[in-house]
Amino acid sequence: MDSFSTDTLPKTLPTGHARINTMQMQGIVKHFPGVLAVDHVDFDVSAGEVHALLGENGAGKSTLMKILYGLYQPNAGEIVLNGVHAAIKSPADAIRQGIGMVHQHFMLVPSLTVAENVALGLRSSREPLLDLNTVAERINELAKNYGLQVDPWAPVWQLAVGEQQRVEIVKALYRGAALLILDEPTAVLTPQEVTDLFDTLRHMVRDGHALIFISHKLHEVLAISDRVTVLRDGRKVGKIATRDATKESLARMMVGREVVFQYQRRAVEVGPPLLKVENLWAHSDRGTDALRGVNLDIRAGEILGLAGVSGNGQRELAQVLFGLRPALRGEVLIDGQPVTGKQPAALNRLGMSYIPEERMIDGVITDFTVAENLILQMHGSRPFSASIFLRPRLIARRCGQLIENFNIRTPSQETLIKSLSGGNIQKLVMARELSRSPRVLIAAQPTRGVDIGATEYIHQRLLDQRAKGTATLLISEDLDEILALSDRIAVIYEGEIVGVIDRSEADVQHLGLMMAGVRSEPDAAPGAEV
Amino acid sequence: MPVLAVVAALLIGAVILLLMDADPIRAYRALYDGAFGTKNTFADTLIKATPLLLVGIGICISFRGGVVNIGGEGQMIVGGLAATALALSMPDARAEVLIPLCLAASFVAGAIWGGIAGVLKAYFNVNEILSTVMLNQIATYWMIYLMSNTLIDPEQISAASRIPETDRLPRQSDLPRIGPWLDSIYEWLGLSSAESSRWAPTLLHIGIIIGLVLAVVVWIFLWRTTVGYRIRAVGKNPRASRYAGIRVKRYMVLSLLLSGGFAGLAGGIQVLGVRHRMSAEGGAIAFTGNAGFNGIVAALFGKLHPLGTIPASILFGALLVGGNKLQRTVQVPSALITVLISLVIIFVVSSDLWSRHRARRRVTLAAQEPASPPGASAAAEMDGVR
Repeated sequence: MDSFSTDTLPKTLPTGHARINTMQMQGIVKHFPGVLAVDHVDFDVSAGEVHALLGENGAGKSTLMKILYGLYQPNAGEIVLNGVHAAIKSPADAIRQGIGMVHQHFMLVPSLTVAENVALGLRSSREPLLDLNTVAERINELAKNYGLQVDPWAPVWQLAVGEQQRVEIVKALYRGAALLILDEPTAVLTPQEVTDLFDTLRHMVRDGHALIFISHKLHEVLAISDRVTVLRDGRKVGKIATRDATKESLARMMVGREVVFQYQRRAVEVGPPLLKVENLWAHSDRGTDALRGVNLDIRAGEILGLAGVSGNGQRELAQVLFGLRPALRGEVLIDGQPVTGKQPAALNRLGMSYIPEERMIDGVITDFTVAENLILQMHGSRPFSASIFLRPRLIARRCGQLIENFNIRTPSQETLIKSLSGGNIQKLVMARELSRSPRVLIAAQPTRGVDIGATEYIHQRLLDQRAKGTATLLISEDLDEILALSDRIAVIYEGEIVGVIDRSEADVQHLGLMMAGVRSEPDAAPGAEV
Repeated sequence: MPVLAVVAALLIGAVILLLMDADPIRAYRALYDGAFGTKNTFADTLIKATPLLLVGIGICISFRGGVVNIGGEGQMIVGGLAATALALSMPDARAEVLIPLCLAASFVAGAIWGGIAGVLKAYFNVNEILSTVMLNQIATYWMIYLMSNTLIDPEQISAASRIPETDRLPRQSDLPRIGPWLDSIYEWLGLSSAESSRWAPTLLHIGIIIGLVLAVVVWIFLWRTTVGYRIRAVGKNPRASRYAGIRVKRYMVLSLLLSGGFAGLAGGIQVLGVRHRMSAEGGAIAFTGNAGFNGIVAALFGKLHPLGTIPASILFGALLVGGNKLQRTVQVPSALITVLISLVIIFVVSSDLWSRHRARRRVTLAAQEPASPPGASAAAEMDGVR
């Protein structure tokens, strides 16, 4: 701060705050016990541009940005703002110097209003009284300038995820952020919301803001950024102008090898409907109707993608199908046999597998070893046990095969799950569920939080399973995933199936509209037999 | 780590002893001599350790199964009552029949008492800590009632003294003493010892052997059988267990059932091996010696591992037995022993919490921060973990 004074700043932004013409991070190094998280990385951003920071989970993106935001101190290297060395010891320092951050997990108080959230931690202009009206006025002004629709008086808990993110952006702008770090901002948005967000970002760039956009979604990086820096294993592996980049070249840099985007989809003989859902109703945890007459059917050798914005009944549907939540009305049939209300154990035996959304809570026991987790359903049957005794040698042999077949990277079978990475944990869950040769597979958000390499692998496995004649329900909020894998796509909105379309007819715009609740075509009646 | 906790507790105890003008070295030597000095005191230590061990291995099951059993006291009492009632009702049975029957009855009675709390928790969502504590009260009053009415020694009535205790149990129900066996083992090993230090005259009974064998059995049960696996799975993550098709409620009940069974067995062994009658004189604690609670500490001290519980319960047995000698030798109030034991408990529990906290910190650090260096795939970035 000593060498940094607002007088040296050439211009002010419309926000009336400091402008950051250039920011350079030079030779940044960050050690954590046993790991070099960031290894001599240079990174820079200038006013009026979006610089994307791309990398897999664990590549060091977040660590680098936390250093810029003052959450971590680097072991070596320096940060230069407008040509002057800047000391950033805490987020407060960062904010004071015009750096803002929109975190992936929002830092909002749900019971307070938007204005209260924005004012939180700031000095009121008329202490000791609040000046929420002034705050609200300023919010409206910012909202107008940047095309951010927010109601200052709405309590945050009532807001949709996209709106909450806008509040976070307003919060940062309100604090005079000239440089804004956006940590995976699109992870929770619908396609339309992403478009809106990008409009806002372009507005901000035109206004002279410097933006850092962290992501691992390649097409978004290509769409919004001016330059891209790619990190891998803590090192900078590339920096290019976005106009010179392609999806393939970025992925190669990110993963370190060629990545397949177009999967080989073998033509599969689709069989008779294996899983049928008829007029299914169910409550949410809060007792409201989460499912309101869902109809679906999935044939053998088919992947049905269920698209929708999170919270529209996907979770409840998966739980009802797997016997974890009672159905109020309606029927679930496997092979024509009603299975509604059956326990998970019985459904397991009928050949149903489930890859749960919350894998750390529902999918694995984090305090158990890799081997113990691999036998979670099957421990009671051969070859894992005989009479009442487990058979450690046979378990070890079988688990060894699974670890190898599914490419699970673990130091040993005796390693506790909690020390594996997200991608490897998901591969373990896949290994366990697919090794039982399921006839019906429910995969909920199978690649959320999983890096590109593992994602590719998991997708390939789901397609293999399809070729083996499994009927798969793929629940995902990631439209790319749905489009890449599904034979047909059903869209769920507020507990109802808005429509089902074939993959050949699907396009993002159309799906996006359906996800927002707009019925597809008048003749494709909602929830109709497909 | 637990050893450090004991050392720390003894050091603080030394400071307290100094403040009371007692010589800590002399005091601790007395404590040791009192617990292990002679075959007789060693035997006492093992006798005191037996119920702690049995309750403790039951606690291992329940805590591993994710349920907290604070009802060891009540389960010991009902176990003791069952053994007593059965022994009294079969005065002519042979030992080989009577003893196994009585021990089985005490296990079953304790299991029922624990199982009640298990059913209440699994199916009616009643907190098991509360229900087990309340079941302790019920067991105590039930014992007092039976001791002063149904099961009272007829002589107490005729003599009009009405001390609430039963008649002495038939001799065949006395647990065999193992002193002579130990002596022959010593001889066979060529360790023939002086006449003055033989096991034979001690009161050491077969209960400790039962405890040791069961500790091994429970160890195998928890880690080598399907049912044990399910109990541990439910204890670590009931949601994932349910998703995997395990009947979570059933295994919750089973953990409390088994846990109660071992406490009940501890009660039965107390009756058949030590007291040879049941008495309500002095209340519950006179019968259980607080083993229903101290067994929890022994189990925690043993890291909730049945084999770890063995040295842990011997340690607490030694503190209880050696404490008397300490008190006599350096002339300090008997409450000091309670203070010492409590210090050990505090240090054990807090060191456990501390190391768990550190472990968690390490895990979250590893999970949040760093890029995994090739090979050591330990980490996902913050944004990966959710």
